[in-house]
Amino acid sequence: MFFRTVWLVLRKDLTVEVRSREIAYTTLFFAVSCVLVFAFALVKEGRPIEDGAAGILWIAIAFAGTLALGRTFERERQAETLRALLLAPADRPAIYVGKLLGIVGLLLAAALGLVPLVALLFQAPLLDHPFWLASIVTTGTLGFSAVGTLFAAMLVRARTRDVLLPVLLYPITVPVIIAGVRATAALLEPELDLAIVRFWCALLICFDVVFVTLALWTFEPLMTD
Amino acid sequence: MPKWFTPAAILCGLMFAVSPLLIANAPYESTMGLVQKIFYFHLPSAMTFLISGVICGIASLRFLFGGDPRHDRTAWAAAELTVLFGLLTLITGPLWARKAWGVWWQWDVRLTSSLMGWMVSVAYLLVRKYGGPGSDKLAAGLALFGMANVPFVYISVNYWRTIHPATSVVPTLPASMGLPLWWCLAAFLLFFTLMLRLRARLEEQRARLDDLYLSLDE
Repeated sequence: MFFRTVWLVLRKDLTVEVRSREIAYTTLFFAVSCVLVFAFALVKEGRPIEDGAAGILWIAIAFAGTLALGRTFERERQAETLRALLLAPADRPAIYVGKLLGIVGLLLAAALGLVPLVALLFQAPLLDHPFWLASIVTTGTLGFSAVGTLFAAMLVRARTRDVLLPVLLYPITVPVIIAGVRATAALLEPELDLAIVRFWCALLICFDVVFVTLALWTFEPLMTD
Repeated sequence: MPKWFTPAAILCGLMFAVSPLLIANAPYESTMGLVQKIFYFHLPSAMTFLISGVICGIASLRFLFGGDPRHDRTAWAAAELTVLFGLLTLITGPLWARKAWGVWWQWDVRLTSSLMGWMVSVAYLLVRKYGGPGSDKLAAGLALFGMANVPFVYISVNYWRTIHPATSVVPTLPASMGLPLWWCLAAFLLFFTLMLRLRARLEEQRARLDDLYLSLDE
């Protein structure tokens, strides 16, 4: 029952998205513009600053994520469908997980476009270790979206949601971003030290566990009027 | 006000008045000298900052799952005090670091996570002020994530090789340094308790006044 609800919510979000492609296009475009701005600022005479690629990849993911989170729930608010979703006789945590997976999917799709772009513009060997990069990006995105989905859902009713989402989201997700940046930077070293990468990955998984648990636990009381 | 408040406030004032004498009489630390004495205010304010964050989280938890507005008021008061004591920590820390490490700030785990915890409490206040209706629950959710950060701040120095001293330093202090430290910590905690009570009471009175206005309108 739980997984069926998750699947239904996820499928609904994906169907809406596949039909309009609004969030995917706008998010990707915004993320690419961010990367371009950084490329102009940080690449001097053809040489990017050290470890720049790792930081910029994560800044782009975080900014794009904020945009996607805001828009996903704005859509639900306009049509008053979030209320309908919450009124449905379904587990609240299942609704949360469905929404979360939808956002993680969107951000991973955006990352698929971003990674080659950053690798190209910053001459970074990002694609040398695809398995580790994929694990870092997936765990990092999951941690970021876990907090983001919870707060974006809660902010639907607030008047100043556009301002408050980044205000709430960034201080809490800073550890995830730091761990993601450090892990990615370790991947970019000429001689790969797997122990460092593994350590930051383990930390990312810890954050994921803490954030998802807290969010699942509090989603129900927080979403009750 | 509860009966204990006035005597406790006087005691707290006396403790703070005596603390400079105790700190002045404590021996100089061998390598850092005079500047190390900021420690007697830095550690108590940092401890109070972390404890305050935990109290804010627990009160928010009880408000979320119980719905009693009393806990919400405590959480609010605790969040304001978290900002205050966090600020004290973040001011005394760099002052000390400038002399001891040669830099104002270092991006190590303890400093970064403390700054992050402080920012979460500032975000809490922003939500309360500008969040509009429903911001009480929103802020309570935020406080829970802030509380989750506290143990991380505490243990960070023991797991990472950081420039900040580890928590194991404190129990090994000689009595001549330990006494002023525990004295100041007690004074800070007492001050925190008094402020928490006072601030929660102010909110309580405001809520009561609002209720009176509403009942007059009816």
